[in-house]
Amino acid sequence: MQRRAAPPIPGAPHGRVDHATAIRLTEVSKVYGKGDAAVLAVDRLSLTVATGEFVCLIGASGCGKSTLLSMVAGLDTPTSGQVDTGGQRVAIMFQEPALFPWLTARKNVELAMRARKVPKAVRASRAAGLLDTVHLADFADKRPHELSGGMRQRVALARALAHEADVLLMDEPFGALDAMTRDLLHDELERICAQRSLTVLFVTHNVREAARLGDRVVLLSSRPGRVIDEYEVPRTGPRRIDSVQVAELASNVTDRLREEMRRHGA
Amino acid sequence: MALSTGTSGVKDSAIAGLDSLELGQHQVTSRPARIAGKTWSTTWPKVLAIAIVLAAWQLFYAINFRGDTASGLVKGPATTLGALATQLGHAQLWQAIEDTGRTALAGYALALVIGTAIGAVVSRIPPLRAAVGSIISGLQTMPSIAWFPFAIILFGTNVSAILFVMVLGAAPSIANGLITGVDYTPPLLLRAGRTMGLRGIALHRYLILPASLPAYLAGLKQGWAFSWRSLLAGELLVVIIGHVSLGLLLNTAQENQDLSGAISIMIVILVFGIAIDMVFSKIDLTVRRRRGLLDSAATG
Repeated sequence: MQRRAAPPIPGAPHGRVDHATAIRLTEVSKVYGKGDAAVLAVDRLSLTVATGEFVCLIGASGCGKSTLLSMVAGLDTPTSGQVDTGGQRVAIMFQEPALFPWLTARKNVELAMRARKVPKAVRASRAAGLLDTVHLADFADKRPHELSGGMRQRVALARALAHEADVLLMDEPFGALDAMTRDLLHDELERICAQRSLTVLFVTHNVREAARLGDRVVLLSSRPGRVIDEYEVPRTGPRRIDSVQVAELASNVTDRLREEMRRHGA
Repeated sequence: MALSTGTSGVKDSAIAGLDSLELGQHQVTSRPARIAGKTWSTTWPKVLAIAIVLAAWQLFYAINFRGDTASGLVKGPATTLGALATQLGHAQLWQAIEDTGRTALAGYALALVIGTAIGAVVSRIPPLRAAVGSIISGLQTMPSIAWFPFAIILFGTNVSAILFVMVLGAAPSIANGLITGVDYTPPLLLRAGRTMGLRGIALHRYLILPASLPAYLAGLKQGWAFSWRSLLAGELLVVIIGHVSLGLLLNTAQENQDLSGAISIMIVILVFGIAIDMVFSKIDLTVRRRRGLLDSAATG
């Protein structure tokens, strides 16, 4: 597959991100490799995320979810199309905590601020506050290996928050955790995002997780990644992973996802 | 947290409970008891090793293996350790220890600076990496003693010749350790560092260098072993006038057919080497423990 979309025309009416839109992806394509070995990972994908919205991206393997996040984070550039985050600060969290093993929890959080040259005294007090937010104030001086998986991921969340980002990108952040820890972290994340009015783009392949967390669930096709369906989730109050509403949405999404997989099997 | 409500209070305590369950911290023994146990567990193998050596030596002496005992050439452990004790009372041995120690320090420091500089430059410039990488591997296969004729011709019979060979022996290991460390910086950490905004020098200072520390330390330790061997080989080969070294004392003992004298000096060399090795092991252990690279069950 070597389909390449035409490069964007400068000044074309794609429009800048306005204050209500946090992320705007316009006809974004990503090709890996060259010639016969080229793989089209993402195909002319368009998506807008409103400020303060929690969007879950879901899809089977090979739907280019992680590629998409990397492009929004600016770690990767699209082959064609436009990624616009309107100059907002973007933080990213991975499936692994990716903490620096030689630093304590506190120092890990502080390092994110040091990179942006935040003064030392401010760093210290802000790191303490962030660790308190994720309920790890008592563990600030522990090193990553002394913490459990869920605690490490909370330190990673505190570190991501230390960027003071407007947009939080999460690449299967709770994928490696047990269900009980994950449930508690869903509550935590929801509380923190609401407090800070964060815009979140959350990648997962756990349908229930998407239904539990998202204001909107966006379903991607596999190879190449493309938006095939979207589900709005009305906010009617606190949700639980085992509520009827979540279960219903999850089963709808699962059906649609299976359909998509069958298409690939045929 | 101003926003905490009754329900989130319940969740907080659930999280705290889960945390303490997952960490499962419970100390059964008291701290002094643990330290005592640890000291004993690290000491007894060494004591046993010394006992085995002394016993074997005494046995070898007692059965009079080559019939040399009668000629007075071979001495038992008691006689030899007595000779060592006498030597330790003389200023000459201490002078030799000091001289050898000083050369060891100078040669190793030189190798450290040169090896680290080469490693730092090579790891940052990929085209150099391949070329210098093979030179380093080549140098490491060359026994350092083979360099001495070259060094003596170049520098003459003096300390510079010994330092030269020490650096050639140790610097490649040190450079290699640093290069390996940089190469093996986990890509995920690099990605995390870049999203944090770490670039250029900051990326090296806060991420790549600390991440390479364990491999660099391994290189430093290996470098020390090489430079220590090169030093002793050098002191035996390059006899410098007015320079009382351990190598010189060993040479003198050989010339005087003084076996217990030779063994005494060998014991001093062994103890010196082990002491430095223990320092490196201790540093290595501390770094690995801090990073959770040790199996806590295996280290007590």
